[in-house]
Amino acid sequence: MRRDQVNMWWRFAVALLVILIVTFPVYWLFSMAFKTPDEIFSFPPVWFPGSFYIDNFKTMWRTDDLVPVWNSIIIASISTVISLGLGTICAYSMARFRTGGDNFAIWVLSQRMLPPIAIVFPLFLAYAFLGWVDTWHGMILVYTAFNLPFVIWMMRGYIQDVPVELEESSLVDGCTRWQSLIRVVLPMSRTGLFATGVFTFIFTWNEFAFAFVLTRDGVLTFPVHVSHYFGALSTYWGKVGVISLIATLPVFFTVAFLQRYIVRGMSMGALKG
Amino acid sequence: MTIATDFGSRGGILAERNLKYVLIAPAVFIILLIGLYPILHSLVVSFQDVSALFENYDFVGFMNYSRLFGDERLWYAMLHTLVITAIALPIELVLGLLMAQLFLDKMPFRQVMVALAIIPSVLSPVVVGAGWRLMFDDRYGPINAVIRLLFNERFSLPWVVDPIAVYPALLITEVWQWTPFMFLMLYAALSNVDQSLEEAAKIDGAGYWSIFFKIALPAIWPVMAIALIIRALDLVRIFDIVWVLTRGGPGTFTETISIYLYQRGFRQFETSYTAAMVFVIVIVLSVLVIWCLRRMEMTGAKSR
Repeated sequence: MRRDQVNMWWRFAVALLVILIVTFPVYWLFSMAFKTPDEIFSFPPVWFPGSFYIDNFKTMWRTDDLVPVWNSIIIASISTVISLGLGTICAYSMARFRTGGDNFAIWVLSQRMLPPIAIVFPLFLAYAFLGWVDTWHGMILVYTAFNLPFVIWMMRGYIQDVPVELEESSLVDGCTRWQSLIRVVLPMSRTGLFATGVFTFIFTWNEFAFAFVLTRDGVLTFPVHVSHYFGALSTYWGKVGVISLIATLPVFFTVAFLQRYIVRGMSMGALKG
Repeated sequence: MTIATDFGSRGGILAERNLKYVLIAPAVFIILLIGLYPILHSLVVSFQDVSALFENYDFVGFMNYSRLFGDERLWYAMLHTLVITAIALPIELVLGLLMAQLFLDKMPFRQVMVALAIIPSVLSPVVVGAGWRLMFDDRYGPINAVIRLLFNERFSLPWVVDPIAVYPALLITEVWQWTPFMFLMLYAALSNVDQSLEEAAKIDGAGYWSIFFKIALPAIWPVMAIALIIRALDLVRIFDIVWVLTRGGPGTFTETISIYLYQRGFRQFETSYTAAMVFVIVIVLSVLVIWCLRRMEMTGAKSR
């Protein structure tokens, strides 16, 4: 074998080890979903589930334990759609007319970087006063506001990449601004829009602090529900495994399939000013 | 970049000169509602004396603010946050760089492995915390089991409870979740570095490290700076991982700023005092964030 080929196999071996370290904790958590209670609490640990045990899934299905996943789907989808819509038109205005200038752009992004717990404390007081705690519109509003800065920042970069000439010619052809936005700018930046949408959804899907404070049991999201399984005395590891598995697999597949978009979206969106 | 055309001729609210403000209005309204209103509200409340025990809406001056300076728990919370940030950030950077270098050259199943490698960063921190609580369990956890197997068969360390091990446990979890993010950013940046430059340097006899420091590192610096800023700001507000793993315990030993705010505001209901803390923290962080973003704009602008 040639020298750099030997080299490659060495690197391959190291890479496998890295992947093992990265994926093992995930495997371990998911394996809980298929383990019997005896296997979960066995000493020494059982490395592989002994049988294909699905009682955990059945129990979760019978009780209301999967409702929070459904709540998460609704809240994350609706707030993603709203923030994409409002954020894109805002970004369009900023990209094409330089509305507000750089200071406005920086202020918008800075809103995203504040600690959720600090924001949510006064917000909770306001929500309690308005009776919005634990309501759909309350949660959707919070997440829309939380995601808007990110959408605006990303979309501003993507829209700046759309050649102005194309849009000008559509305007000359008699399109209104709205028509040219919908027929020219959006199709041209659809990759960016798509990547931004995926990110926004994942952020909302995974978010804990806002939901932890602002929900009770009406619109409980799945991360908060998972945190409730940690009892002082015992933890329902089987249930934690099942809900983590169900709530995580869709994200896995999205990321695996969209790897290219995501890599580009992450580095490019961040770099565009 | 403004297009000067005559499409505002119809007049009214959708006229060209108004349109740009109409377009940003809904987004700005929502951001102000959720972002700015709470800050103003906490400013007002912080000058009152409201708590679970009694509600005094009179102006009490800077009472709550002067209390901040004597609050040892707050200073410790800041110290804990700083320690976590100062240790986790460089480790994530170095490991992320090494991983990016590792996956940069051709190898079998590279695509699949990169996809697997970024899994931790797209998981919910609560799920990650759950997974690592299991990993660290003193009896049923795999980590102690492996140590028992290799070194000492009586070994039994309750990682997330024992003061000796609790910081390593938090840091391992944090680094495990976010190194892949660093890796992905740097991997994308390194893939875009001009190969011909590196080839030329190699022919001129430059070593591996000098190529890395003189060619690759300057080229990826803008992306690296952004990744570092994003991670630093995330680490300063760290909440979920710590909450799921330790709840700030044992005692207040791992209490971060966010956890402390939560405890004061939602467990002890010291509304006014928490509001004062929120106000100070938001102002300090805003200044910091805006300064960082300006720097980022500048590096970003230079790289284009």
